[in-house]
Amino acid sequence: MTATLRILSPGLSTTVQDLGRPGFRRFGVSLSGALDPIALRAANALVGNPANTGALETLYIGPSFAVEAEDTRLSFVGADAAIEILPDADADSGETIAPMRSVRLRRGQVVRVGSLKNGATLYIAVEGGFAFAPALGSVATDSRGQLGGWQGRALVAGDALPLRRGAASERDEYRIDGLDLRAPRRYRVVLGPQNDYFSDDEIERFLAADYIVSAGSNRMGMRLDGPAIRHRRGFNIVSDAIAPGSIQVPGSGRPIVLLADHQTTGGYPKIATVISADLPALGRAPIGAAVSFAAVSVEQAAAARREQFAILEHLGDKLVPLAPPSAAVASRLLEHNLISGVHDAAA
Amino acid sequence: MFDYRVLPAGDTALVVEFGERIDRELSMAVLSLAQALDAERIAGLIETVPTFRSLMVHYEPLTLPAAALIARIDKHMQNLRTREVTGRAWQLPVCYDPRLAMDLDSVARQTALSARQVIERHSGTTYHVYMLGFLPGQAYMGEAAAELALPRLETPRTRIPAGSVAIAARMSCVFPLETPCGWHVIGRCPIPLWDRNRASALLAPADKVVFVPVSLREYEAVVAKASEGMLEIEPVSEFSGAAA
Repeated sequence: MTATLRILSPGLSTTVQDLGRPGFRRFGVSLSGALDPIALRAANALVGNPANTGALETLYIGPSFAVEAEDTRLSFVGADAAIEILPDADADSGETIAPMRSVRLRRGQVVRVGSLKNGATLYIAVEGGFAFAPALGSVATDSRGQLGGWQGRALVAGDALPLRRGAASERDEYRIDGLDLRAPRRYRVVLGPQNDYFSDDEIERFLAADYIVSAGSNRMGMRLDGPAIRHRRGFNIVSDAIAPGSIQVPGSGRPIVLLADHQTTGGYPKIATVISADLPALGRAPIGAAVSFAAVSVEQAAAARREQFAILEHLGDKLVPLAPPSAAVASRLLEHNLISGVHDAAA
Repeated sequence: MFDYRVLPAGDTALVVEFGERIDRELSMAVLSLAQALDAERIAGLIETVPTFRSLMVHYEPLTLPAAALIARIDKHMQNLRTREVTGRAWQLPVCYDPRLAMDLDSVARQTALSARQVIERHSGTTYHVYMLGFLPGQAYMGEAAAELALPRLETPRTRIPAGSVAIAARMSCVFPLETPCGWHVIGRCPIPLWDRNRASALLAPADKVVFVPVSLREYEAVVAKASEGMLEIEPVSEFSGAAA
């Protein structure tokens, strides 16, 4: 029997995402991938997966799903959320855990993720990953392009997502320590490519402004409420290509930061581009969050990227074993024949 | 020699901009630089994305610093040969039957042409594929006959069917997937321009396209063949330089 996670409720919007699908933008294929790739990497590290393994990305209101496998190991990384582990689909209550850890679940158990707090995104990785065929080298869901992930779309109730592993490996559970996943207020940008569509005064206004992430935001773009930026030379340009983090200013003057699912090309002037090191944090900033921008040079942005990669390469150092289960929990687990003695993997 | 400027698009992409208008000569420069950079297989160069009048280059700055990439671009720009751009020529069937062409009559009315004349103008042009964008496999083709130039719809439609052939200003597109759209739909193409199963695009920037009018019956026959996976479509020819 195929091991699966069966979706009981998809939450607000839950998709499978990895680190994206580069290489096909010239054919109109969006990059897609996790809004917060740092959290995705951490979720994968907690279950021992390679960093680019596809995981569930959920926005604002989490899903609930049932484990239909002998047992499986999941991890949860991202915004604060109450994660309830129920013994079965009919149970009213169960154990509640916090994110930033791995957990081992047995067949029939149900995970119910509540509303996310202090962040837009939560990642749920499964040990071994999902058994999906990649599309163009990636399992990232591209809903507009109807590509990748599970049937090229966000999850719906009844989906049964096949797992690569039928059972969890024998090992301890971990939490990840010292990884700050709060969304800061200030984000660094490189001005351009179309900053010459704006006067120096308007650019100053943009950099001095406090914006609020507005409710019209989604995986394609983050709409910002705040000071409207006036164009010096009109707001229609001959369509050109868009980079991740580009901040376009349409006719309304309200900036839109283009995120993972952005179209490959567009016809509005782009005043600045969020630097690659700050884009994961912006991706997790929820509706209502305050954001502002500070200009840096391309060289400073590259240095920030180098610094961040050095941290990400050593994410494993931030994993610490969870405290061993209490005697009561241990005996319950033993009843279910789920643990066979600590560090006795050969048994 | 082309005038160009290199603009940053953050720290992992830059834009080589050749001008601010839609123009075949600029397009050939864009495509020529794209093909030259792609052929060089530079470590750290992730992908190039040609558009009407500029080339975006995505790169990994930790492998290929911006200054090193710009030096390579400058070197290529010194002896850019647009005649070496290669592409393929295609003939794509289009059914202009009003049942599949919701805006044919309104386009005829607005352009003071008959429906037949609209079809003749649209199918009597060899189009240049400037770029792909918006949706996977969606090619922006120009120039449509000047007589057909209309602004986009004031209120975009929430959905048009996959395969819709549409015009706006001097551009024509075949929309590969069902999508919201503000263009004027004047026909439908039975050839899938985006193969979801193989995840591949039929057209590429620099290709040439001629639309060939077909009857509803012929259209349906091609659709049936495509749905059985029996459709093989080959380019009419391959070419170098600004052919046609």
